[in-house]
Amino acid sequence: MKKILSGPMDAIKADLATEINSPDRYKLLRRKIVSLMALVTLLPLLSLAAINYYEHQSSMSAEIQAPLRALVGKAKHSFELFLAERTSAVSFIASAYSFDELSNDANLQRIFQVMRREFTGFVDLGLIDTAGNQVSYAGPYDLKDRNYTSQDWFHQVQFKGTYISDVFLGFRKFPHVVIAVRHTTESGQSWILRATLDTIHFDRIISAMGLEPGSDAFLVNRNGVLQTESRRYGKVLDMLPFSLPPTNFESNVQGIRDRDQNEIFIASAFIADSDFVLVAVKLKPTFFSTWYTVRLDLLVIFVTGVIFIFIAVYRLTSVLINRLQESDEQRLGAIHQMEHSQKLSSIGRLAAGVAHEINNPLAIINEKAGLMRDIMDLRPDFPNKDKFSRQIESILKSVDRCRGITHRMLSFAKRMDVKIEILDLNAVLVETLGFLEREAQYRNIELKRELSMNLPNIATDHGQIQQVFLNILNNALAAVPDGGRIVLSSWNVDDDYVAISIEDNGCGMSDETANNMFEPFFTTKKEKGTGLGMSITYGIVKRLGGEIKVKSKLNEGTTMTILMPKHPVEG
Amino acid sequence: MDKNTWNILLVDDEVDFIVTLAERLELRGVNPRVVHDGESALKAVADNVPQVIVLDVMMPGMKGIEVLQKVKSEHPDVQVILLTGQGKTRDGIEGMRHGAFAYLTKPLDLEELIRTINEAINPPEGIPHV
Repeated sequence: MKKILSGPMDAIKADLATEINSPDRYKLLRRKIVSLMALVTLLPLLSLAAINYYEHQSSMSAEIQAPLRALVGKAKHSFELFLAERTSAVSFIASAYSFDELSNDANLQRIFQVMRREFTGFVDLGLIDTAGNQVSYAGPYDLKDRNYTSQDWFHQVQFKGTYISDVFLGFRKFPHVVIAVRHTTESGQSWILRATLDTIHFDRIISAMGLEPGSDAFLVNRNGVLQTESRRYGKVLDMLPFSLPPTNFESNVQGIRDRDQNEIFIASAFIADSDFVLVAVKLKPTFFSTWYTVRLDLLVIFVTGVIFIFIAVYRLTSVLINRLQESDEQRLGAIHQMEHSQKLSSIGRLAAGVAHEINNPLAIINEKAGLMRDIMDLRPDFPNKDKFSRQIESILKSVDRCRGITHRMLSFAKRMDVKIEILDLNAVLVETLGFLEREAQYRNIELKRELSMNLPNIATDHGQIQQVFLNILNNALAAVPDGGRIVLSSWNVDDDYVAISIEDNGCGMSDETANNMFEPFFTTKKEKGTGLGMSITYGIVKRLGGEIKVKSKLNEGTTMTILMPKHPVEG
Repeated sequence: MDKNTWNILLVDDEVDFIVTLAERLELRGVNPRVVHDGESALKAVADNVPQVIVLDVMMPGMKGIEVLQKVKSEHPDVQVILLTGQGKTRDGIEGMRHGAFAYLTKPLDLEELIRTINEAINPPEGIPHV
């Protein structure tokens, strides 16, 4: 089995291995897997059904054959009985009367009348002497004084004692059979009594068989000449259009094909003491009628099974292929993302380099223009002062614009580079707070620390996490009024995270603002902000594997909570 | 603000920038000294201890942070205002950890510089230096 399957399996494996990015790939693969799975599952079912069918077929045949055999057997006995009775009757008359008695036409006529009364079917009766001359005759034809020495039957009856002829058409064009019996007295005198039978009784026996429509039964002689009319194969004395299978005295059934290539069961048997063969024919039932009439249930089970298997196979394969496609896409996505971030990081480095290079000349332009303005301002009588003043303003504005550009470039670049060290977040927070304590004291803002004493050190980027704290604290300071309050807390969340929260009782935010606050270029500070601070903060926290949450209510205050992983996160 | 009594030292290797800055400060009554590298800065401090040093972080040779550490170790009272390039917040924060008074980014806002120098020289009542 493994060997048989290894061919298609290898083909599928090869398909899986090839990196064709065509959408047909999955279609092709799906088709192949479905075919293979269907083949593997349907093959046993199919062979089971086939075996079942053929077994059924053969038992069906037996079922058909047995009655046919019995029927032929019975009818054969009827024929034999019929012929034996007639033969005995003729034989009896031949031996019961003397030659002289029989040779008298009146006597013979009387005997014939009695015989006809007792036994149906007799047409005539005649006495023939050993020289073959018709001595006397009772019947409808004028056969008196005929000589039969030249005829074959005469020699046969002389030789065998009794003779039953094949069917022949008599003068009246009716099918007839001749029965002839030779009688020899003790004194050695012998004569032949010859009687003619019509074959109406043959037809009666055949019709008494009670054949189904489409079936057929008839007598033929051993040369294949029809002795009674056949429903399918012709009239009396026609040649049977196919040769008989080997026949003997036991009724025997065989399956053959007839002239029209119909598959038939043919039952045949010799009839004793004659040349006749009784034949019965029954058409073999066709495929579908067998199925339909007898084993519809099997067919239903088979078809349902096939359908279910197909559905199951198809579904299963679809799931499989979809998974495959998904994971392929994910892999591709990851590769793209990696390429993308690599690209970003090199763009970032370039941007940082450019920004730093530009910063110094920008600072010089700024100071030079500033100095020009200072000098002009000192001299009220400076010629064209207004015009120069406008030019200088324009230069300074442009410097500001450049500053904005480099700032954005640098913030972008900064997001690209991370340096991990083991840190005490409390210490970093306190240190960052130090930068702002001056402003807080100026504005009489209370800075309350509720820091966990047993916060574990975590591995993260010092500069970046400090930038996060600084950005949030700056926002908190901007939000609180003079005399306001900022609470800094830290705590252990679970095995994986620590949390830092910065809570202020400042102006708070509307839901809309809170929802948008991490969007780049979203700002409420109008001219003062770039709208990048919180977006950068968010980006940093995410990159360090943390989470940042905001809870805010307008006019009541804002709480920013940062969850940081205790262990560094890859990516 | 008795700016003309302030003793200020400006340190930056970008000559055009720092000289122009000095000139603008002079126009506002401040008389700073100007040097262009770390060694000269340390020499100038040794000659005459300034109240405030405005120090560029990025310089060839001795870096700003090194100058800061040396000055702070000998003269803890001297306030140092660092000048960093934009996007070099990390340098600024690093400087703060080593005792800088503040950090400002280039290009400078002159008024902000003067205000910061003033805060360094005249701290508000009761507020200790970080």
